[in-house]
Amino acid sequence: MHSPSKWFAIVGAALIGLTLMASAPSQPPPPSDDEVNAIAHQMYCPVCENVPLDVCPTEACAQWRATIREKLAEGWSESQIKDYFVEQYGARVLASPPARGLNWLVYILPPATFLAGAYILFRAFRSWGRPAEPQTPAESDSKDDPYVARLEEELRRRS
Amino acid sequence: MTDESALEAVPTPKSTRWGVILVWVLVFGLLAVVGLGLIRTQQGNIGVGARVPDFQLTTFDGASVNMADLRGQVVVVNFWASWCIPCEQEAAELEMAHQQLKDQGVVFLGVNYVDTEREALAYLDRFDITYANGPDLGTRISQAFRIRGVPETYIIGRDGRLAQVQIGPYLSLGQIVASVTSSMEE
Repeated sequence: MHSPSKWFAIVGAALIGLTLMASAPSQPPPPSDDEVNAIAHQMYCPVCENVPLDVCPTEACAQWRATIREKLAEGWSESQIKDYFVEQYGARVLASPPARGLNWLVYILPPATFLAGAYILFRAFRSWGRPAEPQTPAESDSKDDPYVARLEEELRRRS
Repeated sequence: MTDESALEAVPTPKSTRWGVILVWVLVFGLLAVVGLGLIRTQQGNIGVGARVPDFQLTTFDGASVNMADLRGQVVVVNFWASWCIPCEQEAAELEMAHQQLKDQGVVFLGVNYVDTEREALAYLDRFDITYANGPDLGTRISQAFRIRGVPETYIIGRDGRLAQVQIGPYLSLGQIVASVTSSMEE
């Protein structure tokens, strides 16, 4: 026959054990292809230019995607992974170059060109919409013009 | 006639004139940037006889190799990658050449181009490569040499100038030894 205190000890130990098991960190699921490709899509392998890393079929790109998967499994963030690739292979692996040095032109020129074009069009449309001013020669102009003076004198003589 | 001359005489507003100047400056600036980029792209590899840029290679085991410290020796710089099938054709021969020439003042360096470390180390292990090898961090070394692909091998003379370039794999050990030996004699 067991004493009640012994029963309490057994139940208590079981409860503590269950609580610890429930609170133990579970293994995170491995990164999905979509998660890997979401990052890979923002990168280009220098070997196969113009093909984004997520769809590039070469062995080199497959290795890079495997590296992204490993880093994600280790808990790295997207920006940490991109920084790692830039450090390893240079900034040209990024689809969007970092806004530094001459790279600024990439970000500034398209909107600046668009704004300049819009302004030019605005000016052109405004001038086209304006009614044409009547072209009456100024009085002083006709008096000063020797050709007009000669013409008038000729007309006077003939009339 | 008089109307045309009157129209021509209308002065351009100052702001418009500055706007035009600014647009032209921007257009020429953009053309200059594009032109410089094109010139750089078309330049090709560094030429034989040109001074080789100084570079630093951090090897896979953490050692640092400076090109400037290797002046007076013949340096063989081989660009390779684990995913590069033609690189495999010459890998074993390069190691043999290294073993054959290392006591004659010839230094072999392997620059691992756009690769992942695990695969690169497996490649070195597979071909028993013992000479210094390291990743081309930030592709700085390959950009300095303006390589077009892998494998490419550059043999640098004792004077720090480029003596020979091999685009593509060496075909035999004899070819490697002959190239390095002729560079030693120059």
